[in-house]
Amino acid sequence: MVDTPAGGAWKGRLMLGLMLAPAVLWLFALIVLPHVDLALLSFRERLAPRQYGASLAQYRTFFGEPLYWHVFVRTAVMSAIATALTLLFAFPVAWTIAKLTRGRTSALLFVVCLIPFWVSETVRTLGWMILLRESGVLPQLLAHLGVTDVPVELLYHDATILVGLVYTSLLFMVVPLVNSFESLDNSLIEAAYDLGGNAGSILREIVIPHATPGITAGCIVVFMLTLGNYLTPNLLGGKNSQWFTEQIYTQFITRFNWEQGAAFGFLLLALSTAMVWVGLKASGQRFGDVMRRA
Amino acid sequence: MIPSLPTPRWLRATTLLYLGAFLLFLFLPLITVGVFAFNDAPYPAPPWKGFTLDWFVGNEPAGRTGLFGDEELLSSIWTSFVVACWVTGLSVAVGTLNAFLMERARFRGKEALSMLMLVPLVIPGVILGISILAFASRIAEFASDVAGIELEFLRPGLPLVVLGQFSYIAAIATITISARLKRFDRTLEEAALNLGASRAAVLRTITLPYLRPAMIGSAAIAFLMSFENFNTTLMLVGADAPLTIMMYGRMREGATPVLNAVSLFLMVASALLALTLMRRSDRRAE
Repeated sequence: MVDTPAGGAWKGRLMLGLMLAPAVLWLFALIVLPHVDLALLSFRERLAPRQYGASLAQYRTFFGEPLYWHVFVRTAVMSAIATALTLLFAFPVAWTIAKLTRGRTSALLFVVCLIPFWVSETVRTLGWMILLRESGVLPQLLAHLGVTDVPVELLYHDATILVGLVYTSLLFMVVPLVNSFESLDNSLIEAAYDLGGNAGSILREIVIPHATPGITAGCIVVFMLTLGNYLTPNLLGGKNSQWFTEQIYTQFITRFNWEQGAAFGFLLLALSTAMVWVGLKASGQRFGDVMRRA
Repeated sequence: MIPSLPTPRWLRATTLLYLGAFLLFLFLPLITVGVFAFNDAPYPAPPWKGFTLDWFVGNEPAGRTGLFGDEELLSSIWTSFVVACWVTGLSVAVGTLNAFLMERARFRGKEALSMLMLVPLVIPGVILGISILAFASRIAEFASDVAGIELEFLRPGLPLVVLGQFSYIAAIATITISARLKRFDRTLEEAALNLGASRAAVLRTITLPYLRPAMIGSAAIAFLMSFENFNTTLMLVGADAPLTIMMYGRMREGATPVLNAVSLFLMVASALLALTLMRRSDRRAE
């Protein structure tokens, strides 16, 4: 429809221009320019009302104030743990869907695993809150069964945050894993077995090398989403959550200190981008392929 | 391992057990939310005090406001719905145009543009939110300082929420629709052209009908993602809170089971949406 010969008539150029306009408007007005603006914002300092000067003060504050970088590191470590746990839990399920079941059973199992993710994260978090809070279902049950003397508070621990994060992330791991397991030819596993391989060596030498693109894609997406999550750590962790997105929110919305908030935002973006980059480098993949797969 | 290889009994048993535990883990929170929507108690917590529909229809004498009488909650559902419609319409329209642009047009910098289109997907939602907030405010301030015009829509509020959500949902629509257009057999278009159809007629009768499943699919995903979006919305929201923001606010205060009622309503709605979509794709496959 828009195939115009090179150097073609003005009509073709106009057509191309019209088709480019929405894409360019979208990417520049909503992505590129706002981020350039955010960068500029993070490199300035308020000298007097409506008077600003270029400075690194916002970043100095970040490194000078232990609370800030402590929360930053904590968020990164917790996200890495959550990603590893998600991979661990999703692996057997994805294997079952891809290899152990067939036809309708496999399709049904897959759909059943996807269902919770059609439901809003808010609803899922509400479920965990009702289950885990002191007056909630599990603590009452544990007290009733005599495991604990009195109902214990299961909310507001790091483990609670991890449960919530893993729960929210499972889908993004199961789908790429299933896809990469399905493309693995069973005869390779059979051959390895005939040649004397056991479960451990087959997993290490056949399955994981083959599934690396899927594993990387899943891990990158999960890490990124976890790092940027706000709702789950905030509600399940309460005051103890100390998640970096909360710091950004506090600076931007509560304290109205946009310069500081912008610097925090950039640091989070840098960490997230760095992780994506490391993941891609480590597995030797291209960004476009991974994103399309995920 | 795989069915064609001998598997010890204990491994098979463990697999089944794990699968059961996994499914329990997946569904326990959802079932809990649903069940406590019907509990005859002021808080969504055990013990079970009997079945009631109070949290849907309300109960004046007991001072209970049900979902259908909770103006605040209902208007936030409406707000989410309106926002989602805008985001869906914009994303599918721009996504379809982009698909043609990337698959059909030839121009310099196309490779770079196609990479740039994936970037919104790797930016955390909170950061999309603050960057758009800061940029929009800067333009609004500039306009009011220089020209004395108040650009109200650039202040936190629903127009910004729509733009913020659109900024990354458009990328998803673009990928989905492009993937289908890539698989299109172009000889079909050539045949129609040879038979005397105009370009517009070819587009209307051949290409767009072919793209329809991808357009409907990405519309459903866009709608759902917009309805459920929290991170970006949180940063851009003004006075009218969409449902997720409203629910979040109430969850922090410790709300009544009316939240369970609205959650159950959401679950049923998304289940219906999912079923409709699956039926459609089944029919197509037959």
